[in-house]
Amino acid sequence: MTKNKAALLCGILFGLGLAISQMNNPDKVLAFLDVTGNWDASLAFVMGGALITLATLQHFILKRHQPICDTEFHLPKTNNPIDKRLILGAILFGIGWGLVGFCPGAVLAAFGDGKIEPFLFTLALGAGMMLFNKFHETK
Amino acid sequence: MENFTPYSAFLGGSLIGLSAALLMYFNGRIAGISGMIAGAFDFKNSEHHWRLFFLGGLILAAVIFNLFAPHVPATYSRSTLLLIISGVLVGYGTRLGNGCTSGHAVCGMARLSIRSIVATVTFMAVAILTVFITRHLLGILQ
Repeated sequence: MTKNKAALLCGILFGLGLAISQMNNPDKVLAFLDVTGNWDASLAFVMGGALITLATLQHFILKRHQPICDTEFHLPKTNNPIDKRLILGAILFGIGWGLVGFCPGAVLAAFGDGKIEPFLFTLALGAGMMLFNKFHETK
Repeated sequence: MENFTPYSAFLGGSLIGLSAALLMYFNGRIAGISGMIAGAFDFKNSEHHWRLFFLGGLILAAVIFNLFAPHVPATYSRSTLLLIISGVLVGYGTRLGNGCTSGHAVCGMARLSIRSIVATVTFMAVAILTVFITRHLLGILQ
């Protein structure tokens, strides 16, 4: 298994997971966020399934000295400080997510709908990331 | 809650968790999609290849699923302007906050990262508030 083949396999599983759970349907995501309306709790079960599976498996995986295709695990420290950047970033993401119901993974998994909206959103998402790079390069 | 689909949600979520676990097992990487999108187009970095493969696999699997499996189509009631505003906010916000639903709410929370827990609670609360304001208070977005 090479890094690229492993990533392809993982991407396929991730995309299937998003499609099966319908998280690539923004109506479904907005219905989860609409707690005072006709609430649909499905997204919480997606997170639950993902967290239980990942937490269990990584317990064994991280006992290894290194991953199969690399010399080290690239993991962010879990005790990094909470700063303004993290909070502001989460707020901006939250507003954008609540307006349309797309997050970065879900929108890519919606390409199969054959509609223009996921592509438009992805272009804007890329523009937002480039804007960030521009703004933070000059600092 | 007539649209509640707990079984398919749990199954799909488990596949997402399995994907993240395998990516850690093979490549030693976090399955954070916003970081992967940013890194996939950083052509100076030799690590951009596997990210393109992951994103390609994600798109391919979802496209094939949508072609062959019965599913409820999305209504897409948002205007072009709103899609663009939202996309820019999500792109900029996830870079500023170092992650999105996959990186913080799944991978980070599974590792009990305090930063990820704080980020997840924040973006969930803000998104819920955004829907409440636009759907119920203002009644402009359904």
